[in-house]
Amino acid sequence: MIDFTLPSLGADMDEAMLVGWLVSPGDEVSRGDIIAEVETDKGVMEVECWDEGIIDELLVEPSATRLAVGTPLARIRPMSEAPAVEREPDHEPVAVGVAAPPPPHVTRTVSPPVRHLAHQLGVDVDSVAPTGPEGTVTRDDVRRAAGRRRVSPRARRLAMDMGIDLSVVSPTGPEGMVVVADLGDVEPEAAVPTVATEPAADDPAIAMRRAIARSMARSNREIPQYSLVTQIDMKRALDWLNDANAERPVTARLLPAAVFAKATALALREVSELNGHYVDDRFEQSDDIHLGMAISLRTGGLVAPAIRNADALTLDELMAALDDLVRRARSWKLRTSEMASATATLTNLGDRGVGTAFPIVIPPQVAIVGLGRVMDRPVAIDGMLAVRPTVDATLTADHRVSDGHRGGLFLSALEQRLQEPEKL
Amino acid sequence: MTTKTLAKGDAVKVIYDVLADIAPEVDASEIDMSVDLTEQLDLDSMDYLHWLVGINAATGIEIPDRDASHFMTIDGAAKYLSDASAKG
Repeated sequence: MIDFTLPSLGADMDEAMLVGWLVSPGDEVSRGDIIAEVETDKGVMEVECWDEGIIDELLVEPSATRLAVGTPLARIRPMSEAPAVEREPDHEPVAVGVAAPPPPHVTRTVSPPVRHLAHQLGVDVDSVAPTGPEGTVTRDDVRRAAGRRRVSPRARRLAMDMGIDLSVVSPTGPEGMVVVADLGDVEPEAAVPTVATEPAADDPAIAMRRAIARSMARSNREIPQYSLVTQIDMKRALDWLNDANAERPVTARLLPAAVFAKATALALREVSELNGHYVDDRFEQSDDIHLGMAISLRTGGLVAPAIRNADALTLDELMAALDDLVRRARSWKLRTSEMASATATLTNLGDRGVGTAFPIVIPPQVAIVGLGRVMDRPVAIDGMLAVRPTVDATLTADHRVSDGHRGGLFLSALEQRLQEPEKL
Repeated sequence: MTTKTLAKGDAVKVIYDVLADIAPEVDASEIDMSVDLTEQLDLDSMDYLHWLVGINAATGIEIPDRDASHFMTIDGAAKYLSDASAKG
């Protein structure tokens, strides 16, 4: 039996609330399946499962209780472990208990009150996985199934704050989604107050600010950082990009951000001591390059989820990944694996005016690259003054792992990559 | 391909509808239609691209990269869409 635990949530977030399960006991799961949603200081995230097997038991119910990273959430029976009844066919059928998955097409027993509840909640009772004795569908089974409905992130946060059990809310949004307006209809007696171990959830904006503060304070406290800046000529890269985009429909257009991300990932490949995590007083270099992309949220705050194996993606793939990441970041649909896995980060402040960025490292990473705005500047070329589009690229890195010389080599590699955009 | 001409007023509606998805917190009544949109609404390059893609999806009108400069303001975008749909 495998314990499925609350995975790491990224920089300095060690707690989350379970918002809902997307699986029930008996469901088969495989690697990468999204099986739960948790609420962190940086919003709701989807939790993936990295084991294969059958959900045996859900150990934690959704509530406003803060759970520590590493808390067992569910038990998963690996596929190799056959159910007890099949393993010992000669014996009398043993009591398999609630832990066993319901056999397929089992005859369900549904009591009239449970059927009524299912009807109220708009749940098809025949699709509910029963967990009661002899295939009895319990009220909890129905509520759990109802909880799998789509809920808008704002409604979910508000429901948490108000202590409203989402399974008793009638959805009116598109495709049966629970929206904020639906929460107002809940009768006071139907609202089940959740038991919080801490004061009710803060304003999400404040919670996010605190999460950023924790991470950045730790960065300044623990990491001796150095910053290097170099000005990079962007003419070739932009000319190449303009040519490429001229032929493309708007849906396939490339942004400079994708070019920067690919060039950064390839340069990290060359100076590997900038790529990895500093944990327990030592540097663990990563063979994979998962490039964190700092994404500002329109309502304030910042997340830096990772594009996994960014160096191995084509520019088109990277652009698609970035597009997907920005959309999901802004609709609070990031996955825990993306939040926790970045091996170095890129922050591109150049869209809005900033000339030069001086970012600080996000622990436990050891390097961050900051890009300012691409702007026309006077530069000397072959002894002549010319005006060229240039960008200031900054590397901030951890002196416990690298020094300025190696950092300089990284910026030089980045510059080289941007002079050969056709090879990206 | 569009099948009918888009009046400028309809184009403006499409433009605002797509914008509401990208920047839901923005109060449309406060937008100045003749001022640079990305500065006014603090759109980054990805927001801006999503806006163009959304307009393309809603109208079927292709927006070549060389014409992106028409989409600096809502006025400019509405005029471009109206003209482009009139040409068929």
